[in-house]
Amino acid sequence: MTDKLAITLLVNNETHQVLIEPRKTLADTIRDDCGLTGTHIGCEHGVCGACTIIVDGEPVRSCLMFAVQAQNVAIETVEGLADGDVLHPLQQAFMQHHALQCGYCTPGFLMLASHALDRNPAMTEAELLDLLSSNLCRCTGYQNILRAVRAVAADMMAKRAA
Amino acid sequence: MKAAPFIYHRPSSVDEAVALLAEHAPHDGRVLAGGQSLVPIMAFRLSRPAHLIDINGVAGINTLQIDNGTLRIGALVRHAALEHARFGGVLEALLRAVMRHIAHAPIRSRGTFCGSLAHADPASEWCLVAATLGAEMVAKSTRGERRIPAADFFAGVMSTTLEADEFLAEVRIPVLADDAQFGFREFNRRAGDFAMAMSLVVLRLDGGKVADLRIGLGGAEALPRRIAAAEALLLGQAPTPALIERAAQAAAADIEPLEDAQTDAIYRRELTAAMIARAITDAVRGTTP
Repeated sequence: MTDKLAITLLVNNETHQVLIEPRKTLADTIRDDCGLTGTHIGCEHGVCGACTIIVDGEPVRSCLMFAVQAQNVAIETVEGLADGDVLHPLQQAFMQHHALQCGYCTPGFLMLASHALDRNPAMTEAELLDLLSSNLCRCTGYQNILRAVRAVAADMMAKRAA
Repeated sequence: MKAAPFIYHRPSSVDEAVALLAEHAPHDGRVLAGGQSLVPIMAFRLSRPAHLIDINGVAGINTLQIDNGTLRIGALVRHAALEHARFGGVLEALLRAVMRHIAHAPIRSRGTFCGSLAHADPASEWCLVAATLGAEMVAKSTRGERRIPAADFFAGVMSTTLEADEFLAEVRIPVLADDAQFGFREFNRRAGDFAMAMSLVVLRLDGGKVADLRIGLGGAEALPRRIAAAEALLLGQAPTPALIERAAQAAAADIEPLEDAQTDAIYRRELTAAMIARAITDAVRGTTP
């Protein structure tokens, strides 16, 4: 054991004071100490992408950061996507296109894709495939996830053109 | 699994970082940069550093610019920075093309160029780039600054000639000629996975003949390196398909292939020949897929 550190995390615009060991990952801390269990932990070594969240404006594997490294920066998790009872368009699209079955990988895909769409809704098909190859899903076979993300991208582009 | 306990240090300057490293390196202290290689091996408990010196808060080590014909890449430059950086020239295009083969977006937004070199995984694309282009490493410690040529830097699988109390503060890569052409090919079983063999080739065409040729190979041997046996066959010659194939076969015969459960020596040699032949062909055509 090493001494626990008192740190402050800013998750979805709310501050959380937590007492953690330096070795505790950001993923574990968000779940155990902040009580935000939407972020899922799959492989714990950066391969599966289930724990993907946004830290300081960039998508990261939260199992590959220690919580102590994430002080004083904005952290966004899947709980921050919906606006009250209104789902984020990507969440709605995942429902409509049956882009989830067990749902374990879903928070990671939502965070990865929503961030990428915010940055560039005009992704080419090759860029989209490359982006989503980052995360693992063992239920859907990916095609429905691709459909959902394509649908939101098309909506965003249509709104831009209008 | 979860990482073993460690004591966490967060220096804010290079001086503070090297002082901490001098103090803790003898007691199993290590530098934490992007953490995309170190943290997984800590999670597997393959590495259990007693002290982590997190350089993410260190000022002045995210340089990414050309000075006097050399691209300087500081210790905190992330892989993703090479996607958007505009320092110009063939080297910019080369680094961007190679960057696309490194893992996935969320890894690229954290992992660092210098961290990849210090980790020295044989499958690291940046290690291949450094070895092929003759990069120079700038190591810092309380004892001062030391320059290490790429040829003397890699010592084996995940092993370098960096001393325990040194940290890799910067990598310097000579810019390429404006008429340089390159090809990069990598083979792996899944997008973003570790390279089983990869080749980076840089050359110029001088009156239809190959000049200033560099043929680099990574992922196939314990360390990335230029393959002189292949370069000798092609240099000064017209790059016909038959000659390219001869050079690729010469490389495959020259190597000491890494072997693992999925990849025996024969297969690794075949991958080596294929990647080198395709990278040379791309370089000659001036196309990068």
